[in-house]
Amino acid sequence: MSDPATSAPGQSGGETTAARQAIFARIREALAVAPSAGHGVGALATSVVEVLPAVGATFAEQVALFSRNAQDLRAEFKQVAGFPELVQELQQLAGEAGWHRLATHAGTLTDAIAPALSLPVLRVDGGVDAAELERCDVGLTECDALVAQTGSVLVTSRSAGGRALSVLPPHHVVLARADQLVAGLPDAFALLEAKYAAGYPSMISFITGPSRTGDIERILVLGAHGPKRLTVLMVGGEN
Amino acid sequence: MSTAAVQFKSDAARLAADLRHRALIHTALSKYEVKRDEMKARFQDWQGARTLAAARKQEAVNHLDQYLEQFVRGLEARGTKVHWAGNAQRARDIIVDIVKARNARLIVKSKAMTAEEIHLNEALEHAGFEVVETDLGEFIIQLRGEAPYHIVFPAMHLLRGEIRQTFAEKLHDAPSDNPEELTMVARRVLRQKYMQADVGITGANFAVAETGMVSVTENEGNARLTAALPRTMITLLGIEKVVPRLADLALFLPMLATVGAGQLISGYNTMYGGPRQPGEADGPEEFHVVLLDNNRTALLADAEQREALHCIRCGACLNVCPIYRNVGGHTYNTTYPGPIGGVITPHLRGLQEWKHLSYASSLCGACAEACPVKIALHHHLLRNRRNSAAARPSFWQKLAFKAFAPVANHRSLWKLVTKGGRLGQRLHPLIKATPLDPARAWTRTRDLPPIARQSFKEWWQTRL
Repeated sequence: MSDPATSAPGQSGGETTAARQAIFARIREALAVAPSAGHGVGALATSVVEVLPAVGATFAEQVALFSRNAQDLRAEFKQVAGFPELVQELQQLAGEAGWHRLATHAGTLTDAIAPALSLPVLRVDGGVDAAELERCDVGLTECDALVAQTGSVLVTSRSAGGRALSVLPPHHVVLARADQLVAGLPDAFALLEAKYAAGYPSMISFITGPSRTGDIERILVLGAHGPKRLTVLMVGGEN
Repeated sequence: MSTAAVQFKSDAARLAADLRHRALIHTALSKYEVKRDEMKARFQDWQGARTLAAARKQEAVNHLDQYLEQFVRGLEARGTKVHWAGNAQRARDIIVDIVKARNARLIVKSKAMTAEEIHLNEALEHAGFEVVETDLGEFIIQLRGEAPYHIVFPAMHLLRGEIRQTFAEKLHDAPSDNPEELTMVARRVLRQKYMQADVGITGANFAVAETGMVSVTENEGNARLTAALPRTMITLLGIEKVVPRLADLALFLPMLATVGAGQLISGYNTMYGGPRQPGEADGPEEFHVVLLDNNRTALLADAEQREALHCIRCGACLNVCPIYRNVGGHTYNTTYPGPIGGVITPHLRGLQEWKHLSYASSLCGACAEACPVKIALHHHLLRNRRNSAAARPSFWQKLAFKAFAPVANHRSLWKLVTKGGRLGQRLHPLIKATPLDPARAWTRTRDLPPIARQSFKEWWQTRL
């Protein structure tokens, strides 16, 4: 038996090792034969950045592209000048949508914003009570990046209050700084590698638009399981 | 003929003549085609992207042992328990054992074709657990007791009225046949299941070797919830899902969504590398990854067809296949239908029993052209035909080719036979498709074009 903490009950460590060794033996035996000639994939003339959808070089172009993508995806995107405008925007959202309870996590922006909304706040940092979180109207999170190319929001279990906060409440509001906007997916992955190389969070998620399904006659319906609304508020960067 | 082949032929004949079914598939897929082409056009170089993607998968598959070791090391470093299953039975046993040891009752599951492949739900239900599919399409077909119709759109064959009827019968909640209202019924029912579930099971679209993570693509958020709420998370995936580097996903995620669903990128693309880590707000206490071989290594050993393991299960080859579009997804009676199913099923489940799928193709090559990782699908279908004929030669086929070879090789014989053919064709309508017709199997549904009145040589001579 291997360490009982890591060994699955009902399966002895010996059995796991044997199964693993048998599969590796089959793989190595198979790979001893080189693939048939003529199975080349062709010349690699380009890099990933050169084949993916084009993104403008300037900040203004990237904001415009993110905004256009968000609109296509039926997400809401707004750029606000500074902190007071952000508070104002959120207060307006809270009033319109009739929020009663807000869930959020510890963060530079969220810590400053949450008290200003004068709503009961559920904090998830110490652990999530799913039933409590289910009763909240909105999940307010920060993010790691916004991706102009696809209109995606990049979150991780470390930057956005774990796993459930950004997907369980019916409305997900993302707070981002203007300097978090990146051009394309390759930039987003480079950012992840630079930020977390020492130890990755257990979950990394690219969220693109509100939850959606087309499973009934290929007709788009929002809010299949996750948020019906996704609002992205970007602070700063305005001339 | 194998039982599977007999079933395929009779179902195919029935469905190809079912105009309602054909109209349904046509409507669903033509909406997809418009969006797919729109998204492809956004790429600066779609063909270049295919070449890069094929190269990444080729690199991964041809060094599968090294990348799998790296993948597992990364997962284990974060406290993930990795299991190895040589075949479907082992994979079912491993998962049932994990669930039993947790004293679990309710399991929520997000869509996973590997789970269909090993018939996981039946095994879990047989062991006394309740398993609930959470992807809307999968949830609908689970309620109806059906298999997925398509690997990406499982309930593509159903009309809203049929879905309302299913909900009314099984859930006693079906306000109307409005897709939005039906979706909200499913949301309410499944939300309750999520809150009570002890175990969550997912599949995976990619296994990132560099960082030891599984990547899960979805649109509904159901996999996100499956991975967030239950105390135990299990991910089942085939050993061929590996990509070398995390940054490779920058290419694969938008390509999968473009050809798979006509989206630039899917709603949620999520990488999981372990259970809840210290300092994180939530997440499962335990994360189990089950790696499935189930004859994938047999396909790996076939140097000619190894590249079929590049497949990312996007379904693009199904969507463009003229056979799939006429006979539909259930006719194949396999986990993986369409051209890719025709290529890999004989390797996964036996060549002689499943060789008929390699004949369910016009060899037009639309599949290979649609494939984002450049699998030469129609060539592999031909190779399966060749291999099956070599392994078990057919007497009649051999006889036919013995007769054909001298005719094709001798000018005078060829002339005689075409002359005879012209005459025969004039008389043929008298017996066409009747039991007297020796070519009945062919002529019952097809018209042979008339043989030209003159050969080229005869025509040329009249000009001299």
